[in-house]
Amino acid sequence: MTAFGIATQVCIFADSQIWRLLTLQDYNTRVVLAGTVMLGITSGLLGVYLLLRKRALLGDAISHATLPGIAFAFLWTALIGQDKTLSVLLVGAAISGSLGGISVLLLRHFARIREDAALGIVLSVFFGAGVALVSVLQKFKQGNIAGLESFIYGKVVAITGDDVTLATVVLVIVTVVIVALGKELKILCFDFELARSQGWPVMWLDCLLIAMVVAVTIVGLKAIGLIMVIALLVIPAASARFWTHDLNRMLLISGLLGGLSCAVGAMASAVFADMPSGATIVLCGCGFFLLSFTFGIERGVLWTYVHQKNLRRRQEYLHMLRICYELLEARKALPTSAKVNATELIAIQDVAEVRTWPLRFAFKIASELDSRGLVVLRRSGDLQLTARGVVQAEEAVREHRLLEMYMMEQAEADVGQADREADYLEHGLLPEHLAVLGESVARGTPPPVPPSPHPIKRDK
Amino acid sequence: MPTSPPATELPLSVRDLTVAYHRKPVLWNVSLDIPDGKLVGLVGPNGAGKSTLLKAIIGMVPKISGAIRIFGQTYSASRAIVAYVPQRETVDWDFPATALDVVLMGTYGRLGWFRRAGKAERDAAYEALAKMEIEHLAGRQISQLSGGQQQRTFLARALVQNAKLFLMDEPFAAVDAATERAIVTLMKDLQAAGCTIVVVHHDLHTVPEYFDHLVLLNTRLVGAGPTTTVFTERNLQKTYGGKLTLLEEIGEAMKRRDQRSKL
Repeated sequence: MTAFGIATQVCIFADSQIWRLLTLQDYNTRVVLAGTVMLGITSGLLGVYLLLRKRALLGDAISHATLPGIAFAFLWTALIGQDKTLSVLLVGAAISGSLGGISVLLLRHFARIREDAALGIVLSVFFGAGVALVSVLQKFKQGNIAGLESFIYGKVVAITGDDVTLATVVLVIVTVVIVALGKELKILCFDFELARSQGWPVMWLDCLLIAMVVAVTIVGLKAIGLIMVIALLVIPAASARFWTHDLNRMLLISGLLGGLSCAVGAMASAVFADMPSGATIVLCGCGFFLLSFTFGIERGVLWTYVHQKNLRRRQEYLHMLRICYELLEARKALPTSAKVNATELIAIQDVAEVRTWPLRFAFKIASELDSRGLVVLRRSGDLQLTARGVVQAEEAVREHRLLEMYMMEQAEADVGQADREADYLEHGLLPEHLAVLGESVARGTPPPVPPSPHPIKRDK
Repeated sequence: MPTSPPATELPLSVRDLTVAYHRKPVLWNVSLDIPDGKLVGLVGPNGAGKSTLLKAIIGMVPKISGAIRIFGQTYSASRAIVAYVPQRETVDWDFPATALDVVLMGTYGRLGWFRRAGKAERDAAYEALAKMEIEHLAGRQISQLSGGQQQRTFLARALVQNAKLFLMDEPFAAVDAATERAIVTLMKDLQAAGCTIVVVHHDLHTVPEYFDHLVLLNTRLVGAGPTTTVFTERNLQKTYGGKLTLLEEIGEAMKRRDQRSKL
């Protein structure tokens, strides 16, 4: 393509619908973006508490339960010949959504039905009633129910300035509640019994949580639709958990991810004109979830894998150092003074044999230790421990032998088994364990039968 | 037998307490007095209503009849001086919080609405963690604590509540030997400081060693008093033996009858 060609393409692009969208040239685009982003932030924040309270599906039941209310409001406005104003619809949705949430609590409490079953019942019955009402509406007055579908699947272009105001109000309320009642919600979610024993009104706090979910659902109806509101409540919060172990940070990240998913999803929905915004927003959220699942710094699979691999590699390093030390020990060739720069030569074959390592693997470990300055790997395939290597090897040997001794003394491991079991367990030792082990040796516990086959160095 | 009104000066006084879960009686007519400054073991077989008794004391389960007084007052009037330690498994240890966060929750009750934990609360929490010998774990994620460390965190949380009466539900369940020793030391320290501690306990072997007062429970109260007089083979037989199965059968029958009458 010539430079001229590229320039034309750029011009066409700049003039295109997409460009206008991305640069927020239209008032409508800005309204849509503002509304959805605020919705995303709100649901991200609230979703954290819903998830921690283990009530994620309650959001789903509530959002589905709004349908009969919406349909009824349509019917009502049609009957009294009013314009179907937004506020009437939202009030209808709020009432039936709240009824749905309360029904779940009542069913669980009085009918002794498990929560999952109660959620299933409420969700399907309310949604079923809503679908029935909608079909009645279709017969009753044709052509006037055009707006209904957008409540089910979401249609961002329908968002108006009023919706943005509503979204802002809900965002402010939810933020204020979370900031003001942070500790109350935390204790409710973590330890319901303690919260009750301290006298917190747990039922009212739960109701507050439900009320906020209803509010978010109402805001989300137009943008994402009632079927998929649950995704905005659950996915950002679940994604945030991969990044942090801290509740406040989790709230921030979840809000951020919720806002981002909505922004990108709403744009995508506007670009691909026929795609319901509910679907694009959920797919964007899912994308962020996958990213978090993979790269999340606290729980992401990638870092977990790298961490474990490093850990295993470190274990092999310690094994090699210890074997070298023990081989030298058997030859009575251990350096006696700390000034020695390098020990006698050790054949790498011997090391590999002890651990039943393939020779190539032994070479790999040895050369990595070499680059860390702990051993010297000769061309001939012989190893020498450096002064630093000796120090580290001594430490590894000490830990191994302390544990080995403990296994024989306390855990009644067989003498033959103790070495192998210690070999397996020694990498799990924490400083506090070592202190205990060292203490028991220092105390000079009665000599076990038989005594440790190896000398044990005293703690420095 | 007519019963006297609950004693007003005792840390815990229960009269004619009956509790039922869905019409099946779990506690029948339990009356007991816990003297001040005692370390009390609450012992009985599975399903004997031990945890239910603790929950009834703090008003977590509705009682059918009976009265409970803590230093002569109802629980809601004496919350500030009662610390309840739930079973460790009742919470999700995967919650995003550190050990310090959990201990701080013990101070929420006295902080009241909207106020956050400040330096005073933080200091108290560190002190409690130090008492449980896990100060070095204050910043550790609770999911990364061992079972024993989680139990110590729970007890540290109870410590910061500055209570006079401690109600502990199976603090010894599935903890390591070192933690068990630490918990016993803590209890004796609390007792020496004048507190009363009621502990749901399972291991009969350690009862005489740990507790100076004992409550034997199997739906009904089997015995209550100093361990030396109550901890007898006859009483244990009554608690764990088959003597009370008739009651259980009647309870089951009542439950069945109720269910049938509902249909």
